[in-house]
Amino acid sequence: MADIILEMKDITKTFPGVTALSRVNLAIRRGEIHALVGENGAGKSTLMNILSGVYPQGTYSGSIIFEGAECSFKEVRDSEKKGIGIIHQELALIPYLSIGENIFLRNERAKDNIIDWDRTYQDAKKYLDLVGLKENPHTPIKDISVGKQQLVEIAKALSRNVKLLILDEPTASLNEDDSAHLLELLLDLKSKGLTSILISHKLNEIARVADSITIIRDGLTVETLEKGKDSMDEDRIIKGMVGRELIDRFPKRTPKLGDIAFEVVDWNVFSPLNPERQIIKGANFNVRKGEVIGLAGLMGAGRTELAMSIFGRSYGLHISGQALKHGKKIELGNVRQAIEQGIAYTTEDRKTAGLNLIGDIKENITIAGLKKLSKRWVINRSREIGVAEEYRAKLNIRSSSILQKAGNLSGGNQQKVVLSRWIFTEPDILILDEPTRGIDVGAKFEIYTIINQLADEGKSVIFISSELPEILGISDRIYVMNDGRIVGEFSRGEATQEGIMKCIMQSAAEGGNGKH
Amino acid sequence: MESIKNLFKKNISQYAMLIALVFIMLFFQILTNGILLVPMNVTNLVLQNAYVFILAIGMTLCILTGGNIDLSAGSVVAFIGALCGTFIINLKINTGLSLVLALAIGIAIGVWQGFWIAYVRIPAFIVTLAGSLVFRGLTLFILKGLTLGPFPESFQRISSGFVPDILARPKGALNGTALIVGIAAAALYALSQIRRRVSHRKSGFETAAFPVFIAQISFIAAAIMAITVWFARYKGLPIIFIIIGLLILAYSFFTMRTVPGRYLYAMGGNEKAAQLSGINTNKVLFLAYVNMGALAAVAGIAFTSRLNAASPQSGMNFELDAIASCFIGGASAYGGVGTVIGAIIGALVMGVLNNGMSILGIGSDVQQIVKGLVLLLAVAFDVISKKKAR
Repeated sequence: MADIILEMKDITKTFPGVTALSRVNLAIRRGEIHALVGENGAGKSTLMNILSGVYPQGTYSGSIIFEGAECSFKEVRDSEKKGIGIIHQELALIPYLSIGENIFLRNERAKDNIIDWDRTYQDAKKYLDLVGLKENPHTPIKDISVGKQQLVEIAKALSRNVKLLILDEPTASLNEDDSAHLLELLLDLKSKGLTSILISHKLNEIARVADSITIIRDGLTVETLEKGKDSMDEDRIIKGMVGRELIDRFPKRTPKLGDIAFEVVDWNVFSPLNPERQIIKGANFNVRKGEVIGLAGLMGAGRTELAMSIFGRSYGLHISGQALKHGKKIELGNVRQAIEQGIAYTTEDRKTAGLNLIGDIKENITIAGLKKLSKRWVINRSREIGVAEEYRAKLNIRSSSILQKAGNLSGGNQQKVVLSRWIFTEPDILILDEPTRGIDVGAKFEIYTIINQLADEGKSVIFISSELPEILGISDRIYVMNDGRIVGEFSRGEATQEGIMKCIMQSAAEGGNGKH
Repeated sequence: MESIKNLFKKNISQYAMLIALVFIMLFFQILTNGILLVPMNVTNLVLQNAYVFILAIGMTLCILTGGNIDLSAGSVVAFIGALCGTFIINLKINTGLSLVLALAIGIAIGVWQGFWIAYVRIPAFIVTLAGSLVFRGLTLFILKGLTLGPFPESFQRISSGFVPDILARPKGALNGTALIVGIAAAALYALSQIRRRVSHRKSGFETAAFPVFIAQISFIAAAIMAITVWFARYKGLPIIFIIIGLLILAYSFFTMRTVPGRYLYAMGGNEKAAQLSGINTNKVLFLAYVNMGALAAVAGIAFTSRLNAASPQSGMNFELDAIASCFIGGASAYGGVGTVIGAIIGALVMGVLNNGMSILGIGSDVQQIVKGLVLLLAVAFDVISKKKAR
């Protein structure tokens, strides 16, 4: 009875040494939102790359039937022609071209190769309206937020008359507002007849919008859940993904709090791009010995900026305010000073700012603490290897050896390498910025366990995350940020997701047009 | 057996160029009826290419920071030559002091270019392109377009002198100093490897199987001996060879074993991450160019000494030879990957090609075409083999 738009049958794909997919089946009904879930490395992206022609026919076995016809895609263009559009996690937009130019890139509104700019921007406007984006199509992509860029990507796909839209982690870097808007848009487009495949780690979103869910584990299709037939709540999905029920998503810890270890008083930071604009406005917070504090807030609230400006002025201009450690004022003029004062910061973006991807695990672990391993600038190689092996074992970094390149590790293991680097500097205060972004459920649990261990050892942890359940699950105390201000503080007992969101919304309302 | 295969696989790009070098040498050895590896020609090969080796070492450090190159190296070589000529020939300053002055000016040039590159953050190729014009112009200005020469014996000896035979053996016999140095170097190498193995064993780290280890030591020691014996068969060890040898050792140690050396790789791998790990990347970049200035001065002295004249046209395109050597030797155009030894192997490949084709009487037109294609093929091989590995 169901009208199947796409069927992938018995897809098997092997890479040298590993089987990425093994006889995977996927059937998508016309006009539905079909979610594809699985831990990182389960094979979701590989499957979508096969579907969109990134891996051409012949490099895999099995068949793809789209709208009743067997397809053999040799390149991405072939799948595009049939009406399959894919939006990758890393957006494929050109920062210095305008929204309009980006929408029609490789699909220019042109006659005889001469571009018709009037028609380009008229049509662009039309598609922007369709996705509900109120921006001038002449605006360069670099000047709009990631959330809006995501909408431009969708507009771009729509302009090519896609019939099947694949979205790979579309909300991974969006705040709650933008995520909600995007999901609404997907539902809206669905009502207009668009079929979409949604890959996401955010199970609550999936539970909200998906009509059916296919779960992949270790390159195999585990099951497909149907709305109305099966339960589609988060715990049910997680059970399918990991193959067991995760009773506790957050490991337990009994906090042993000490005195205030670190305190920031009246912290102000101005934007490096526009020195008139104040990014952090009189922020005050403290963290105790052995305490994990959460820093909640929407994207753009200033959490990363606050953290980086504290970490040796790595962000911002005209920084003012005081940092106190054990009640004594400390100087944090540059990163080296911050490290020497016992502060560590792991970036929200492992790949572009955290790791040397072409360097090996060993180099990445020791780079911030090389001086401890050297005498008169000469590195003691044996001790370096010893340290790397120690952390590889202690943090359970899954790899062939300490000489494996960091770029070849999975997201969770990359994050463990970054954590190793900073734990090795023996910090008293660790600022962890989105440490679990884009890593799978199992690895998340391991990261939480490491955070708990650090707190038990008497270190202070400042935990920044955009996922509220995570902040609630791991923090002893939560600060809420909005528009550069700290607008609320909750103890573990009184914090709820609703309470925090309410706090943000209220402060946004009071701040009036404080938002940019 | 498995370990040899793995070892080989892991270091394929490094060994690939070494193997290619051996094949190129064999190829020309046969084509030139054995002239290529005649002791005199081997000595000449080193003397002729001294400047490339020295510049390639400096260039490796710059490239490591993020694919930054120095296009002014050739002009700086000429400029330093012109200064040496002015100091020694015109102003009659003694050679030692002149060399110190020349080096200091080389460092000053490095400071000047490093400042614009590292602190103002003007792309290196623009700063050094400008430098290439400026220093060529200054050379012409100082020399007034004329060639200065000849230099006194003391200056010439840098590039054409040999270490005297301390055994004072008769003419025609193998040079004693060269042999002693060869044996000492081979022994030192073997000793250091054994010590390393013992300490690794003690710490419980994995070490290569014993036969592999012995084979490796014997091979390298034999290679060191072969080279020194070859020098001994001609006039002994060239002074410039000793200088280059020490530079290679010092810079290999610097890049592989020291903290600032590691910072070079970290910065080239991911500058943002390096900064957030507490590395002052501006300083690293600055010092790479200061060092380049100093080594360009050394190359300038070496080349002027060999030419025995300060010419306004000297040093033309030297920087390109040095850059090509680094890339043939496996350095990444984006930084973070590359070794001093690799660059030296790359320079040898270029040198043997030049020398071999010259012996065969092939014109410089064809020589350039061949060298260009070799550069392209070497890098293409590197890129493709890396893609396959992934």
